[in-house]
Amino acid sequence: MKNLIQEFFKGIVKENPTFVLALGLCPTLAVSISISNAIGMGCAATFVILFSNIIIASIKDFIPDKIRIPCYIVVIATFVTITELVMKAYFPPLNRALGIYVPLIVVNCIVLGRAEAFASKNSVMASLFDGVGMGAGFTLALTLISAIREFLGAGKLCGLTVIPGFEPALIIGMPSGALLVIGLLLGFFNLLKEKAK
Amino acid sequence: MNATQFLVIFISNVFIYNVILSRFLGLCSFIAISKQTKPALAMSLAVVFVTTMSSIITWLIYRFLLIPFNMTYLRTISFILVIAAFVQLVEMIIRKIAPPLYCFFGIYLPLITVNCAVLGVAVLNSDMYFGAETPILASFVYSAFQGICVGLGYTLAMLLMSAIRERIETCDIPKAMKDFPIGFIIASIMSMAFMGFNGFRF
Repeated sequence: MKNLIQEFFKGIVKENPTFVLALGLCPTLAVSISISNAIGMGCAATFVILFSNIIIASIKDFIPDKIRIPCYIVVIATFVTITELVMKAYFPPLNRALGIYVPLIVVNCIVLGRAEAFASKNSVMASLFDGVGMGAGFTLALTLISAIREFLGAGKLCGLTVIPGFEPALIIGMPSGALLVIGLLLGFFNLLKEKAK
Repeated sequence: MNATQFLVIFISNVFIYNVILSRFLGLCSFIAISKQTKPALAMSLAVVFVTTMSSIITWLIYRFLLIPFNMTYLRTISFILVIAAFVQLVEMIIRKIAPPLYCFFGIYLPLITVNCAVLGVAVLNSDMYFGAETPILASFVYSAFQGICVGLGYTLAMLLMSAIRERIETCDIPKAMKDFPIGFIIASIMSMAFMGFNGFRF
């Protein structure tokens, strides 16, 4: 049990997919304009990582080694399609806001990375916890970036004005602001890592 | 179909909505491979080829398979499979008929499968040029041309970035900011410069 909890927390701090492994940055940057977008994207990605991890861990013994990547991609794409359809049916505004980045979860390196690096070598239970941990780490990172960008770029948090009269810096809400924020955050986390050593 | 439409596609994909700097597709390879100009160029050429061909192939699949059989919900799964199979095929052909080229591309060709730019342009094409599931006039030509232009936008950003990074290699950068963080900050400044193209309105 202790091991499983370790698998879970490793995704959040020690092997955070965004800040430490630097995987899956494309959707991170594109959808991090507001917190609600970030949480929607985070939930969708968590769902996909979790279920593809479970399925791949349970069928890993039947998959021939040579064609494993296409097999993983089919499993992942299936869950992405499910997510896409559910989102279209029940959360149309979110679906419009995320746009083409929902189908693009398929090529998110985190999902395939976890399938290849973890689920293909570990038990179903461990993969389940790994998937939830990685998903949570991704969601937290995404929320942090989008909170910074929403606050500095629009002067709001979750759509509400925080400080009346605060003049937002529009550039942070634009694509170049996303790159700037992630660059500084990565530098900041590197610094913390060095200090911790 | 007229010439202005092509110009619009070209300028909007290469400059205004540059695939990397404004749409954020293919960022992983952009940051990872842009340390030197030569591999960056190899990767870009491979991307131009694959985006063009996959635009054509996915258009055919969408138009003649998915729409007639009412299976557009299988878009993601079929596109990614076709792209993966196509990249594998190209790799095999190049290895057989042009070994030097194969060495030149090296690991970058198989990596393209998981490059979001390739799937991104396929999804974008099917969103833009199929109004209510019927293709608009000349959508095939537009899709193919958009594929080329997205690849060219990628090449432009990649070449600029690798040239800059070769120069800052010798600079005194704080240790924590080396590699990825400084790469993102350069990309951010480039993206600001590209925002100037937003003034083009058609």
